[in-house]
Amino acid sequence: MNTAETSCYHCALPVPASAHYPVTIEGKPHEMCCRGCQAVAQTIVDNGLTDYYRHRTALPGVGHEVVPEEVQKLALYDHPGIQKSFVRQEGEHVREASLILEGITCAACIWLNERHLKQLPGVLQVQVNYATHRARITWDDQAIHLSKILEEIQLLGYNAHPFSAERQENLRRKRRAKDLRRIAIAGLSSGQVMMLAVALYAGAAFGMEDSTAALLRYFSLVLTLPVVFYAAVPFYQSAWNALLGKRLNMDVPVSLAVIGAFIGSAWATLQGHGVVYYDAITMFSLFLLSSRFLEHGAQEKSVEAAENLLKLAPAMATRVLDGGQHQPVPVLELNEGDTILAKPGEAIAADAEVIEGESTVDEALLTGESRPVPKRAGVRVIAGSINLEGPLWLRVTGVGENTVLAGIVRLLDRAVAEKPRLAQLADQVAGHFTVGLLILTAIVGAAWWWLEPGQAFGIVLAVLVVTCPCALSLAAPTVFAAAGSHLLRHGILLTRGHALETLAKVNHVVFDKTGTLTYGKPVLQRTVTFSDMDEERSLLLAASLEQASEHPLAQSFLSRVAGTDLVAVQEAQNLPGKGVSGSIAGVRYSLGNAALAGFEPVALPGDLPEGATRVWLCDERRTLAVFVLSDGLRPQAGELVGQLKAAGVQVTILSGDAADAVAHVAAETGIESWQAALRPEDKLKALRELQQRGDVVAMVGDGVNDAPVLAGADVSIAMGGGTQVARASSDIVLLTENLLDIQRALQTGQASITVMRQNFVWAIVYNLLALPFAAVGMIPPWLASIGMSTSSLVVVMNALRLR
Amino acid sequence: MTEILIFLLGLTVIMIVAAGIGIFWAIKNGQFEDMEGPAQRILMDDDDPRIPRYSNSKSKQ
Repeated sequence: MNTAETSCYHCALPVPASAHYPVTIEGKPHEMCCRGCQAVAQTIVDNGLTDYYRHRTALPGVGHEVVPEEVQKLALYDHPGIQKSFVRQEGEHVREASLILEGITCAACIWLNERHLKQLPGVLQVQVNYATHRARITWDDQAIHLSKILEEIQLLGYNAHPFSAERQENLRRKRRAKDLRRIAIAGLSSGQVMMLAVALYAGAAFGMEDSTAALLRYFSLVLTLPVVFYAAVPFYQSAWNALLGKRLNMDVPVSLAVIGAFIGSAWATLQGHGVVYYDAITMFSLFLLSSRFLEHGAQEKSVEAAENLLKLAPAMATRVLDGGQHQPVPVLELNEGDTILAKPGEAIAADAEVIEGESTVDEALLTGESRPVPKRAGVRVIAGSINLEGPLWLRVTGVGENTVLAGIVRLLDRAVAEKPRLAQLADQVAGHFTVGLLILTAIVGAAWWWLEPGQAFGIVLAVLVVTCPCALSLAAPTVFAAAGSHLLRHGILLTRGHALETLAKVNHVVFDKTGTLTYGKPVLQRTVTFSDMDEERSLLLAASLEQASEHPLAQSFLSRVAGTDLVAVQEAQNLPGKGVSGSIAGVRYSLGNAALAGFEPVALPGDLPEGATRVWLCDERRTLAVFVLSDGLRPQAGELVGQLKAAGVQVTILSGDAADAVAHVAAETGIESWQAALRPEDKLKALRELQQRGDVVAMVGDGVNDAPVLAGADVSIAMGGGTQVARASSDIVLLTENLLDIQRALQTGQASITVMRQNFVWAIVYNLLALPFAAVGMIPPWLASIGMSTSSLVVVMNALRLR
Repeated sequence: MTEILIFLLGLTVIMIVAAGIGIFWAIKNGQFEDMEGPAQRILMDDDDPRIPRYSNSKSKQ
């Protein structure tokens, strides 16, 4: 065993001392931290793709073990009814689908996916877009099925979801192409017009025949036509829309400048005397179009990333028909009164009542209760909770808008609406600025008209161009884009740009306990053995008994003894709500809660932690061992709390879980202030109280029950492994699930505010300095154009320092 | 003087139109859709097995 390697070769997490998952890569053995990473690394080696490890520049997410249940679920994607919404028929058997790839961290991931999928027989074309993390796959349905492709992607350690928002995507692509064409036109024209302008200026200084000058002017006019009538059209549209709405925006003076300058120049050209401004028109349009394009790109990137998280794939349910046949249907088609089947490990599709079956259900995401809740016939279940043990036959009582989940989402909508809209504020400021600008320009124009009518037109133009609030309007968005891409490279996804601004002011971080400070999964904490049983033997027995179980507790036993050979179990039985039993080497064992043993349990030592789950291992006569399991704390939790406190940030836990469990975690991490057993409404109330005290609160959460609180907080952070709703309602998503990233995000927020302030100061100082010179006629329009673009460039360069 | 200018300006028009058509074609072909991927992709060698390498060479990580 290679003891030198203490971190996982695949994902770089620390390798637990007890773990031994070697994989031989390029002739050298390497240690992995878990079975998941081992499986992924082995797949990569087996397919001759080890180059991935040499090329990668960022680490992947933690490897997930592919369980047979998940693979079965993928088979549903082969169903023609379900494929209808996201698969296109290209030929008789050729099909094409768009997939969202989860877990892409660097270009090597793209390479890995493309190479591996192209090797599969039947896959015709694979194209992964690095910028959007989306893949377009064409395959021959006779040779390979979509489920197989999805499974292969999972084997590589990534997650793929069919993506159905094709129309929106197409619209975006078309708009992008249109923008690019406009920039191309403006770029080509401005280059040529500038050359001619240099000739004209030189001609004016050193003498040029009138006929030559006229020729050059006419030619410039022709070159400017496509810019004015095609490239600059978006400015007119935006300005017109603003005027229709009785508002003023930046595009009003822009349009005035472009149209005015063009009419003036064309008139001068036709008359044969006067000043022309073709160079200024084309350059101005080019610079504005380019900066808008860059800004759009940054916005679209964050929208796309957020869409990827929402997993727009159809949600499915299994409907049980009268004859007993199973039929996979989209959740949207479910009606009240339908009978559906929830298999173990599946999320329940609708609010329903159990009619048959017995199981436990994980409602942690909805209620914050971290322990499984037993369900039997006649009991209600909530949509979105996860069935753990046995199959449940359910009668649907609420779908769509009538579910508890939908209610929480409505609560969330309200909280979102209450959020201050910083973007609107910025718009208003720009509006006021424009009004001031237009009035000023009118005054300057009138003054010059009175003093010297011949100069007035050029000066009005120079004022309009030089004071164009480009730098001002770029000051914030460029910073958001640069900081966003910096954070994304570290696995922190910024879904709303303005969150950065708030992030810098955060002085109070609130955690939901389950799934954020802790893993949200039970971990074996302690083993108490009785009679002649030793710890290792008892764990081996327990793990063997749990082999076939889907219960989350089973996983914690199995991961504990992973690597050792389990013993064979006869007559294995799953007793929902109680535990498991089976015979090993002729002895009958039971593993489960105290009631399962069937006799008076032994007394336990008094120092066991409160609130932890206890699992009893018994044979037919006596108790052999008791296992104490509780939710495991994430290793970085204590360090993060220490860092936050050192930075003067307060830390609080607001949890829906029981008081003793919360107190335990609070003590472990050193958090003094905590509240437990809160419902989503209570959490929101507690949060509002903090905010009324004047605190700027960052909320870290992962469950559906956190969604309203996440939306109500000044800035919200969701864990990448959390629920969709939580991620959708948060400003920041921690894709790596590394808690220390929270501190990094806070620091980046502060740095970006500094840069943003510099940008604003620069833009305002520039405008104030340039305005008087333009107003007294010392800046010709072409110089104003250069000044405008230089000031914007300075702003962009300054923002790029954040990357 | 004016004749040669007209000739050169005409040439310019042809070149601009050619450049414009080229760019429009590239946009239509989706060459601007992924601005980062292709630049990185070229660094990944497909011909690796043909490059001799010592089997005991130390890996980089």
